[in-house]
Amino acid sequence: MSAAQASAGTTMAPEVVETDSLHQIPLGKVAIWWFLASEIMVFGGLITSYLLMMFAHGGFAEQAVHVKWKLGALNTLVLLTSSMTMILALASARKKDLEKTRMFLGITVLLGLTFLVIKIFFEYIPEIGEGFTPASGMFWSFYFGMTGLHGVHVFGGIVANFCLFVYTMRKVDWSLLERRVEYAGLYWHFVDVVWIFLFPLLYLT
Amino acid sequence: MSTAVAAGAHAHEHHELGFIRRYIFSTDHKVIAKQYMTASALMAILGGLAAYLIRWQLAWPETDVPGWGPFGPENYNAYITMHGTIMIFFVAMPFLLGAFGNFLIPLMVGADDMAFPRLNALSFWTLTVASTILVVSMFLPEGPAAAGWTGYAPLSANALYTGVHWGQNLWILAIAAEFASFLMGGINFLVTTLNMRAPGMSLMRMPLIVWTEVTASVLFLLSVGPLIAGAIMLFLDRTMGTGFFLPDKGGDPLLWEHLFWFFGHPEVYVVALPGFGIMLEILSVFSRKPIFGYKMIVYSTITTGILSFVVWAHHMFVSGIDPRLATPFSITTILISVPFAILVFCMTATLYGASIRFTAAMLFALGGLITFILGGVTGIFLGSASSDIYMHGTYFVVSHFHYVLFPTVFFGGFGGLYFWYPKMFGRMMNETLGKIHFWGTFIFFNCVFIPLFFAGLGGTPRRLYEFSNYEMLAHLQPLQVMATWSLIGLLIVQLPFLFNFSYSMFRGKVAEKNPWHANSLEWTLDSPPPHPNFPTPPRVYHDPYEYSVPGMSEDWLPQDQPMPVGAATAAGK
Repeated sequence: MSAAQASAGTTMAPEVVETDSLHQIPLGKVAIWWFLASEIMVFGGLITSYLLMMFAHGGFAEQAVHVKWKLGALNTLVLLTSSMTMILALASARKKDLEKTRMFLGITVLLGLTFLVIKIFFEYIPEIGEGFTPASGMFWSFYFGMTGLHGVHVFGGIVANFCLFVYTMRKVDWSLLERRVEYAGLYWHFVDVVWIFLFPLLYLT
Repeated sequence: MSTAVAAGAHAHEHHELGFIRRYIFSTDHKVIAKQYMTASALMAILGGLAAYLIRWQLAWPETDVPGWGPFGPENYNAYITMHGTIMIFFVAMPFLLGAFGNFLIPLMVGADDMAFPRLNALSFWTLTVASTILVVSMFLPEGPAAAGWTGYAPLSANALYTGVHWGQNLWILAIAAEFASFLMGGINFLVTTLNMRAPGMSLMRMPLIVWTEVTASVLFLLSVGPLIAGAIMLFLDRTMGTGFFLPDKGGDPLLWEHLFWFFGHPEVYVVALPGFGIMLEILSVFSRKPIFGYKMIVYSTITTGILSFVVWAHHMFVSGIDPRLATPFSITTILISVPFAILVFCMTATLYGASIRFTAAMLFALGGLITFILGGVTGIFLGSASSDIYMHGTYFVVSHFHYVLFPTVFFGGFGGLYFWYPKMFGRMMNETLGKIHFWGTFIFFNCVFIPLFFAGLGGTPRRLYEFSNYEMLAHLQPLQVMATWSLIGLLIVQLPFLFNFSYSMFRGKVAEKNPWHANSLEWTLDSPPPHPNFPTPPRVYHDPYEYSVPGMSEDWLPQDQPMPVGAATAAGK
C-alpha cells in the first residue's frame, strides 16, 4: 500500500486483456475487403454521376436503343457462369483436388476472355464503325467510360486468375492456394456485381 | 517468435541483404518511413519555392524575383497549382501518413513490421513515380498544370483555356498514381492495426496517434473513389473528346466540383487527424499527465470522420448549386466543428494542472494547437452559407485553410520529428536550435497569414496575380507586402532546422532508449529499433497514458509493465 511497497516492484496478477476477433481473419482477406470497399466507391461515383446526368439532361433513352442488348445479355450470362466456375475452383482447392482446381480456374479465365472478346470485337468496334464514339454525346461517353473501366478490371482479374492457374501446374502449398483463390474469387465476384449494375443501367434503359 | 505476425513477417530471413535491398528497395517499415520523409522534404522545397515566387509576385508585381528571374502572369496559375498540389499530395500526406504512420504503427501496436511489407515498399515507389511525373510536367514547353489544385472544369477539361495540354494530363496521371500509392499504404495500416496487435493491446489501449492514422486511412480509402472516377472522366474529356464536364457537349462543370469535393473534404481530415495524433502524444508526455478523455477523443475522431463525408458542398455554396442545398450543408458543417472542438478541449484539459516541460517538440505541439484553434474558428464563418457568400474566393479562405493545414502538417510534423528523432536516428537533436526554429516559424507564420485575413475581408480575390486593376484594393497592398516579407523570414528560419537535422544525425548526442520517459511501446526498444522490432514479443497491460500515477515512485509506466500494487490507475484500465 505504501510507496515503498509499490517501488519494491511487487505486482498483482497482470491485467491482460485479450485482443479482438479480427486476429482470426487472415490478413489478406481483411485487405481484399478494404480494397473492394474503395473500388465500390470508384464505380459508385461513376454510376451516381451517370444517374444524375440522366435525370438532369435526358436524351439517354434515344441513344441507348443503339446498344447491342442481346450481346450484353450474353455477356451477363458469361460473367455469371464464370463466377460459378470461380466458386467451384475454390471448392476444389478446399478439397485439395489439383486437377479440378486447375480446370475451373482455366474455364474462368476463358470465360473472362470471352467477355472481353464479345465486348471489344462485337460491340465496341462495330459501334465505332456505326459512328458511335465516346465523343458522340453524354450517353456514349458514359457507356464507353463505364464499360471500359469495368473491362480494365475484368482484364486485371483474368491476369490474377491466370497467375493462379499457372501456379497449379506444379506442386502447390494448399493453404496458400486456398487463400489466394478465395481472395481472387472475392475480387472476381465484385467485378461481376459491378456488371450486374452496369447492364441494366446501360443496356436496359 | 510471435505467431500473430507469421503471415506477413520476414523476420526469420537473417541472410545478409545487399545495400540495394537494405536501403533502396527495403521492405522494413522504418526504412520506408524515412524514404517517405526524404521524398516529402524534397517536394517541400519545391512547394516552398513556389510559395516564394507567388508571394513575391503579389507584393511586387512584374518585378524580377531575386534568385529566380522574371516571373510573369503566364506562370502564376501554374505555380499556384503546383504549390497546392505538391503541399497536399506530395508533402502533407507522405510526411504525416507515409513517414509517421509507417514508422510508428507497427512499433506502437507491438508488431514486427506491417502486414504487407512488399506492398509497403511498392506504395513508396509508386509515390516516387507519381512525384517524378509531376516534376517532369514542370519542364514541358507549355508548363505544368495551371487550373488550380482543385482542377475545376471547364478550365481543366479543355486545353484551350489554360494553354496547357500535356502538363495538365500529366497532373492527372501523377495524382492518380499518388492515390494508388496511398490506397496501398492505407490498406497496410488498417490490416496491421486490426490484426497484428500484440497480446494485451486492445483497441482502447492503443496510442491515440494510431487511432488518428487509421481513421485517416479509412477516410482516404472510402472518399477517393469518386475522384478517381472524376479523374478518369476528366482525362477522357481532355484526350478522347468526351464532354462530361464541358457544357457545350452537354456536360456539367458542377459534376466535377461534386466529385472533387466529395473527396476533397475528407482529404483535409486525412491530413489533419494524424497531425493531431502527433500533438496528442507529445502533449501527454510533456505534461506528465494522461490525455484527458481518451474515449471521447476516439469517439470524436470517428464522428469527425463520418461527418466529413456529408459536408463537401460547403466548398460550392456560390458555384451555382441549388440554394436549398446550402441549408443542410451549412448545418452539417457547423456540426462537424463539435467533435473537433471536443478534441481541442480534451487537449487543453490535458494541460490543466500539468507539469509542463517546454521542449522543442512540446512548443510545436502547443503552437500547433493555438494556431489551429484560430483556423478552426474562422472556418465557422465559411461554413455558414450566408457569410461564405462574401468570403468565398477571397484571401480569408486562403488564410483559413493555411491556419488549419500548416499547424497540423508543419507544427505537428516538426513536433513529431523533434520527438521521435532519437528513436528514428539514435541521436538527440539540439534543443536550442529547435526552440529558435519554433519561435521563428510561429511568429513568421502568423505574420504571413493574419494580414491576409484582413486582405480577404477587404475583398481581395484569390488566384489573381496582382491587383493593380482594382482601385478598391490599393490600400490593402501593404498587407500583401508584409505577408511576403514574413514568408521570406519563415523560409529563412527553416535553415537552423535543416542544419540541426543533418548535423545531429552524425554529431548529436547518442540517444538512450527512452530519453523522454514515455510509455508507448516504441520507447522500450533500442534507438533506432532493431530488425526485427521486438526481439521478445511484448505483452501489454494498460494504455500508454499512465503518467504521474499516485503511489508510484516514477511518473511514468511503460505499457509492457504491469501496474504495481498500491498504484491508483488513472482511467481504471
